Amino acid sequence: MSILAIIRIAFKSLQRNKTRTFLTMLGIIIGVGAVITMLAIGQGAKKIIEDQVNSMGTNVITISSNFNSSRSTASSGAGTGSLVKVEDVDAIKNQVKGVLYASPVVRSFGQIKYGSMNWRTQVQGSDVDYFYIRDMQVSQGTLFNSNEVRSGSKVCVLGQTVYTNLFGEDDPIGKVIRIRNIPVKVVGVLKAKGQNVMGNDQDDVIICPYTMVLTRFMGDHRPPLMINISAESKEMIPIVQQDIINLMQQRHRDTTSEDFWVRTQTDMAETSETVSNTLTLLLASIAGISLLVGGIGIMNIMLVSVTERIKEIGIRMAVGARKRDVLLQFIIEAVSISVLGGLIGIALGYIAARIVGQTMHWTVSVTAWSVVLAVTFSGAIGIFFGWYPAKKAANLNLIDALRYE
Amino acid sequence: MPEPLIKIEHLIKTYFMGDVEVHALRGVDVTIQAGEFIAIMGASGSGKTTLMNLVGCLDKPTSGKYSLDGIDVHTIDDEDLAQLRNQKIGYVFQSFYLLTRTTAYENVELPLLYRTKLSYQQRKDLTLKALRNVSIEDRAHHYPNQLSGGQQQRVAIARAIVNEPVLLLADEPTGNLDSRTSVEVMAVFQELHQKGITVILVTHEPDISQYAQRIITFKDGKIRSDSPNPKYRSAIEDLKALPPLEED
Repeated sequence: MSILAIIRIAFKSLQRNKTRTFLTMLGIIIGVGAVITMLAIGQGAKKIIEDQVNSMGTNVITISSNFNSSRSTASSGAGTGSLVKVEDVDAIKNQVKGVLYASPVVRSFGQIKYGSMNWRTQVQGSDVDYFYIRDMQVSQGTLFNSNEVRSGSKVCVLGQTVYTNLFGEDDPIGKVIRIRNIPVKVVGVLKAKGQNVMGNDQDDVIICPYTMVLTRFMGDHRPPLMINISAESKEMIPIVQQDIINLMQQRHRDTTSEDFWVRTQTDMAETSETVSNTLTLLLASIAGISLLVGGIGIMNIMLVSVTERIKEIGIRMAVGARKRDVLLQFIIEAVSISVLGGLIGIALGYIAARIVGQTMHWTVSVTAWSVVLAVTFSGAIGIFFGWYPAKKAANLNLIDALRYE
Repeated sequence: MPEPLIKIEHLIKTYFMGDVEVHALRGVDVTIQAGEFIAIMGASGSGKTTLMNLVGCLDKPTSGKYSLDGIDVHTIDDEDLAQLRNQKIGYVFQSFYLLTRTTAYENVELPLLYRTKLSYQQRKDLTLKALRNVSIEDRAHHYPNQLSGGQQQRVAIARAIVNEPVLLLADEPTGNLDSRTSVEVMAVFQELHQKGITVILVTHEPDISQYAQRIITFKDGKIRSDSPNPKYRSAIEDLKALPPLEED
């Protein structure tokens, strides 16, 4: 007897009990639907985090001062400035291969005023390279240029949040704002970047030439200088990172312990990926439990179905059905329920994921592998939970089955 | 003398009902030639149904030999037994045993589904031929509960003959039918017999056994008498003698 014929027989039996078939299927539909939705949400969260990591720039390596090192305590009174120095930037640019851009970054806070408007925000000093490292573009005006950096010009570009809070809809280009009472000319407004991995608003910032920030705002404070570096490619990151560490160690030889941190974007991406993977796994396992319950539902119904159809099984055997024909028929019935339920579940899960995505403004993505996983898994559930009832049916004694009332 | 269709030697069947040992067959020897029409008579519990189950390969004997169409049935496994039931034997039951919620056509087609290498068209041809053979083709797409007892039994007979078996077995085929329908069903058996099928039927009604050409009587698990019935009746003739029925 061909498999096709058995499939036909199985489908006919399922058709005879439409309501029951549907209700049994519902367990699987809900289970698979939940798994698909949860995986999609997990994937969506992962994608958001990836996007946020990418919004930091491309192939970014960050060097920051380690104020916990012995050197920092030794020199704290001396006022010698940052542990990581501006000169280090040039050294890295000139001596390390694979460095595309490098810029010093110095951060400070300040009260900003324009007319009657007030805003407190981060004032960041950097070189022109910084815009390339962080992939920043202007929506209005221009970026400041390297001449302005060299001369320490009092110019700035505004983040979107700062712009709307100070100017509303007005044209800010050429206007003079006051940062800590120092007049600074606005040359451009940056395109919006959104939140970063930590949930901070990346648009709530003012960027000025670092030379100006160091002289005007830092005073005799030791500025917490950082260096942002962009490697030529993702593959270069580990090599560049190691070269930088070597160079920095050489340049800061007099320290007893390292007075700088070197972190890469890959490190951050990996950390956040681990978090989102754990989250996805958790969500999917909860959904998986409902799939398991659905499978038990199939077994339950198949057992009832076998008992109810003992006579039918007897008749089938009397006209020539072999044990394995009966076994296959019942397994295929179970698998049909589970796979069909799985397919409907995928469709519903997809819709649910879309709805969740739209209401929460998330990019949820139903991936191909989650679909393959759901179909395989529901098929396996059908075989696993269908096996016992099918075996019971196939092992019935023909004469007893025929006489069963 | 040609090789007999059925050769049974000292067949014994013992089974247990709880702790009680039941000797259903206590040593049966019988030989049946192809083309015979046999009625097996006997009181209930005499072993006639047990013999039918063994002949029909629905059950296995405790001991003894049974060969059907040259095959030693008592030596083969369950798988081949199923094939034998499918290909060589047609079985008609007292209470029809049709699948409910399944059309007459699908019921008749059922044995063909358990046969390999049949195209859809071949199955259709065989099914329609079987339905025609018992004059029930106009009810092909009715469900069993839409058919009368006589019609249901015809469908059951069509299912039994759809695979063109060498042997047609009927266990009390008229037990659930009124007398007129019984005669109609017997007419179907006689017609099939004339087309060359060997028919064995079990009955406890002497009237019904008179349509057979050989009558075997059972008592206490053994054959008590086995004699030809040269003056067998024709069911067609009997039907003509009956008053016409008002069809609804």
